[in-house]
Amino acid sequence: MSAEASKTAAAIDAARAQGRAAFVGYLPACYPDQQTSIEAAVALAEHADIIEIGAPYSDPVMDGAVIQQATTEALAGGFRMDQLFEVVREVSSRTQAAVVVMIYYNLIDRMGAEEFARRLAEAGGAGAITPDLIPDEAQPWITAAEKYGLDRIFLAAPTSSAERLAAIASASRGFVYGVSLMGVTGQRAAVSSAAQEVVTAAKAAGAQRVCVGLGVSTRAHVEEIGSYADGVIVGTALVAALREGGPEAVGQLASELSGNS
Amino acid sequence: MSTGFREASGPYFGDYGGRWMPESLVAALDELADAFGKAKADPEFTEEFERLSREYTGRPSLLTEVPRFAAESGKARMFLKREDLNHTGSHKINNVLGQALIARRLGKTRLIAETGAGQHGVATATAAALFGMDCMVYMGAEDTRRQALNVARMQLLGAQVVPVEHGAQTLKDAINEALRDWVASVETTHYVLGTVAGPHPFPEMVRWFHQVIGEEARAQILEATGRLPDAVTACVGGGSNALGIFHGFLDDPSVALYGYEAGGEGLETSRHAAAITLGRSGVLHGARSYLMQDEDGQTVDSHSISAGLDYPSVGPEHAYLADAGRVTYEPVTDAECMAAFESLCRTEGIIPAIESAHALAGAARLSAAWGEDGAERLIIVSLSGRGDKDVATAAKWFDLLPAEGNTEAPQEGVQA
Repeated sequence: MSAEASKTAAAIDAARAQGRAAFVGYLPACYPDQQTSIEAAVALAEHADIIEIGAPYSDPVMDGAVIQQATTEALAGGFRMDQLFEVVREVSSRTQAAVVVMIYYNLIDRMGAEEFARRLAEAGGAGAITPDLIPDEAQPWITAAEKYGLDRIFLAAPTSSAERLAAIASASRGFVYGVSLMGVTGQRAAVSSAAQEVVTAAKAAGAQRVCVGLGVSTRAHVEEIGSYADGVIVGTALVAALREGGPEAVGQLASELSGNS
Repeated sequence: MSTGFREASGPYFGDYGGRWMPESLVAALDELADAFGKAKADPEFTEEFERLSREYTGRPSLLTEVPRFAAESGKARMFLKREDLNHTGSHKINNVLGQALIARRLGKTRLIAETGAGQHGVATATAAALFGMDCMVYMGAEDTRRQALNVARMQLLGAQVVPVEHGAQTLKDAINEALRDWVASVETTHYVLGTVAGPHPFPEMVRWFHQVIGEEARAQILEATGRLPDAVTACVGGGSNALGIFHGFLDDPSVALYGYEAGGEGLETSRHAAAITLGRSGVLHGARSYLMQDEDGQTVDSHSISAGLDYPSVGPEHAYLADAGRVTYEPVTDAECMAAFESLCRTEGIIPAIESAHALAGAARLSAAWGEDGAERLIIVSLSGRGDKDVATAAKWFDLLPAEGNTEAPQEGVQA
């Protein structure tokens, strides 16, 4: 892996050079509509090092109620895959953040991994997080991502064996997504202690950068996780802010969470 | 025709199957695959499973010849494999007892399940009661209305039924919600997936627990007629009863195998559940298989009068058998299926599940097509479940309700 080739690794390393963990924020494409989702992501990028753009999908098994409701609305509004690339293109060109997509695999499979990678790279995307794809099944995607210089971010769970963590670390490029707890996306009062163990175990298995997500919603969580992880991922809280107060509220929450305010 | 189909095992069936699942569940799937592999090789386990099948389920189930039903469509002799006579009223109990035994070996104390028509949910609630486990059943909100009686049945058995309001509010959404539960509860909970779909080892394991259907049917038809059947028909939603009965005949090249998908209101409409006939390869709920999806890969909502077949994909082994040409898959519309339903009730005094009526309609279609040649032929139909749960739907379909009755009437009538 060449360091300059990975946009997310560069973003994480730049944050590290400033003595902090990277701040990674998630928002779904086209929620509540395409233009607003772009404006919200741009507002988020004022404070975030990496932006995740979620692709609305009919069967999102890793998502809790808040994100499901948002992506269901986006689908009801007629979301098409073409728009995912338009959102990525716009957010990439208007911000300094590395832009990755969070996408369930059937959407990639239907388009074909090669075509998906080509279009994502062409839109300026940095790579993709694939929540329901494990390295065991990922060869077509890994090959395509390699060809177009994209990061491929696999998940590591508290229950993953050392052997699996090694496979995950080796298949990933950019960072490994550490799942902080056993569950789906959504806000929790406390961050599970499993999070730190996942980071330690993934690093022991060879992962160079591990960001942690699921259940992160307060500045205290961000500080706690930032003390041992390379990046902190926030999703549900931002989506809830977007729903309640639009892009402005997203910018404000991102400012608080990132410690900029 | 090549033989050796019976030996097919996971994780892959040709190009299909695998594990398209969040990493959080992989350890549990590995643990389950390991436990299943050990259990099926352990005489203590197989003896316990067989004992329960015999003393609790009531196996072997009968093979019943139905001459009056057969005569309505053609000349062929027809036999029903009577899974409707099992305890809880369908084939689903075979798989559930097997998985509950595995869950107990794994030290799990809670069972969760998805259900469409309610048969699998009832079976899981039953096994949970029998084994003293907690039970939660996810059911599409639309289905809880269609199958109100089964909701009450599950509650009587001590299960908690959770109506799923997301998406199309049917079987696929119930599976999504059960998976979300399992991701968070996997330490104490076993997910009793109800069909031959999902990630490895479910397709292989669920089939294994249902293979007894085909093994019995093969021995019973030889006993009754001295020969193998010319055709075996079964309905296919996820496809567990079909694989169970087909498995007894997969390596008998003279036996034609037919799987009937829900054609709903017709394939020319968008309201059907014919995943193999019109679907394309994709991944859903952990397996690569045929899938009803749009150009972008979004799952398309399925439709069938039968809640149990209302699923936009199909077990991966069926996709493999379809590509290999070993099994022929065809759609049966709601109208064809209800005609067969009515015919079996009237001619034989057996009320079939609407799911199973698709297999009856398929058999009638085959016999009619054979014409005079059918006189020498035998068909076994997988009667996978009984139709008590469907009386309200059928009463509405056949307009058997009082003229004043609106859409609410049949359900209230049945519940009262």
